[in-house]
Amino acid sequence: MLDVKNLSLSFRMYDGAFRRRDLKVIANLNVSVREGEILAVAGSSGSGKSLLAHAILGVLPKNAILEGEMLWFGKPLDAALQKKLRGHQLALVPQSVTYLDPLMRVGRQISKEKETVKELFGRYHLQDEVARRFPHELSGGMTRRILISAALAGEPKVVIADEPTPGLSPHLAEHAMKHFREIADSGSAVLLITHDIDLAVRFADRIAVFYAGTTVETANASDFADESLLRHPYSRALWRAMPQNGFSPTDGTQPYAGSLPAGCLYAPRCAMRTPECVSAPPEPRDIRGGEVSCLYAT
Amino acid sequence: MSKLKPIAVYIARGITLLLAVSICSFILASASPINPETRYRLSHPGVSDEKVAQMRDYWGIDEPPVQRYLGWLGGILRGDWGKSTSYRQPVLDVIGVRFKTSLALMLTAWTLSGLFGFGIGSLMAVFRGRPLDRIVKRVCLFMCSIPTFWIGLVFLAVFAAMLGWFPFGLAVPAGVPPEQVTLGQRIHHLILPALTLSFLSFSNLALHTREKLIDVYDSDFALFARARGESDTKILFRHGIRNALIPAITMQFGSFAELFGGSVFAENIFSYPGLGAAVSVAGTGATDIPLFLGIVMFSACFIFAGNLIANILTNLIDPRTKEAAR
Ligand SMILES: Nc1ncnc2c1ncn2[C@@H]1O[C@H](COP(=O)(O)OP(=O)(O)OP(=O)(O)O)[C@@H](O)[C@H]1O
Ligand SMILES: [Mg+2]
Repeated sequence: MLDVKNLSLSFRMYDGAFRRRDLKVIANLNVSVREGEILAVAGSSGSGKSLLAHAILGVLPKNAILEGEMLWFGKPLDAALQKKLRGHQLALVPQSVTYLDPLMRVGRQISKEKETVKELFGRYHLQDEVARRFPHELSGGMTRRILISAALAGEPKVVIADEPTPGLSPHLAEHAMKHFREIADSGSAVLLITHDIDLAVRFADRIAVFYAGTTVETANASDFADESLLRHPYSRALWRAMPQNGFSPTDGTQPYAGSLPAGCLYAPRCAMRTPECVSAPPEPRDIRGGEVSCLYAT
Repeated sequence: MSKLKPIAVYIARGITLLLAVSICSFILASASPINPETRYRLSHPGVSDEKVAQMRDYWGIDEPPVQRYLGWLGGILRGDWGKSTSYRQPVLDVIGVRFKTSLALMLTAWTLSGLFGFGIGSLMAVFRGRPLDRIVKRVCLFMCSIPTFWIGLVFLAVFAAMLGWFPFGLAVPAGVPPEQVTLGQRIHHLILPALTLSFLSFSNLALHTREKLIDVYDSDFALFARARGESDTKILFRHGIRNALIPAITMQFGSFAELFGGSVFAENIFSYPGLGAAVSVAGTGATDIPLFLGIVMFSACFIFAGNLIANILTNLIDPRTKEAAR
């Protein structure tokens, strides 16, 4: 229902008065969300996950330049359509408390309808009194629940949840994920942004692995049961870094936005690197029911 | 309880400041080449030395400066601010009457600049980056650098001399007994000086409000509001005004110094008989030291009061400071 094809995003920056340079933060990104599923987008900090969410909603800063294609039920998702969908069919669960107006009581920020607020509060075990508080008077976990409530006050077709669980107790996190599951099962779809692979594996149907502003692989959640089921060297490295799989880290760091290499973004850290990898970015290919951008994926 | 603490600290600091002002202005006034004796000799040529000695005694000229200062300060605290030499009335009475006249002017100008400043600032923010914003911003920046007396002269030339819409000056029509002056006439006389005075701070406030609102538009919570389908206009009314009002109010109450300073120019240009006009009477020509010192102390208190109100209001309105102090 929502397809993102070959998306690139740069920020137009000015050094001094006239020197202009474009800072590329997302490059050749592909992701598609299907009806009834939870698609996790997993990647480390600064890989452009939040920006992807903002790009889909059309709420990027003015100096952002977007290339590529976004489709909503096959129709181009342009500014006019985004405007129409926002707040109704497209919903965002924002990442942090800064997304709440510091001077407005949180109840009013969730919904104008008292009934809706009451229902969502009941669902997330929040006392009615909390509605009259200001954002700075909330604990981390309360904030998280308020942010989720504020996004789900309507009946969205696609929910984009940007790191919805940090700060929640395991019990409440489960609760929230079950809510997302319900939403997906009712025929909508959830794009779950997270850096927590474990969470993604437990609750999502498919996982898009994000690296330095691009998707290197989209795998079924079940593929994370074993390293050999994964397709991309970075996904495998992620798998090995999971606590239950030995916690072994990979050398090097993700390239910084603005200094992205020309070819495969993972090449500098990849053990399988060949000269071809460095010359041009690999095209996504379908392998074993998943999608992977690597010349040597099997 | 602890909410009052910052305010108490602020008041204590203010009192220290007022004391410093009183000392400085007293030293300056004492250092002035014109003292009551020279003045007396100038206005009464051929006066006897005996009479002068009496004068010296009356004014306490031969006392040590510290004692003189303490005597004067004690008087200020007791409400005896001395007698104005040019008006031949107690200083406090002169200030009281004049301030009432000035207050009408300053309050009007202050309200006008507050409303226009906030309104125009909001307009610029909504149209940020577009031609309307760029033009209005230039105009505001330009207006910030125009001196009050110049604006006053232009207004006087255009609206009073050329168009004849407003009187040339004074607070009431000349030659009409005070009890027969209508409110309409008073307002008619007030408009030009008030506009002159409000021109001073409205562009400042407009630019300030524009910045604050653009910060709001660039904020995460505006992004979330947009993500929930709110338009720019809706964001202005739901989030913008709420977030820009506190800094605007703080700035408006903090502008009492400019307001008072501007009123000196505005009142002199329009011969408006307020406190600002009395400043020049006391400071030039007549050199009315008691009145001059009185006005200095009074205006210092006035400015301090403005800042204090700004402080208290910020503490009261902003829920973040309220809760932090609870
Ligand atoms: N307005 C902007 N101008 C320039 N660069 C930006 C801007 N916003 C974000 N970036 C850069 O884009 C990159 C991706 O940011 P993004 O917020 O999407 O990361 P993220 O994957 O959500 O990370 P996290 O997990 O920490 O939330 C970062 O390197 C960030 O510095
Ligand atoms: Mg993020």
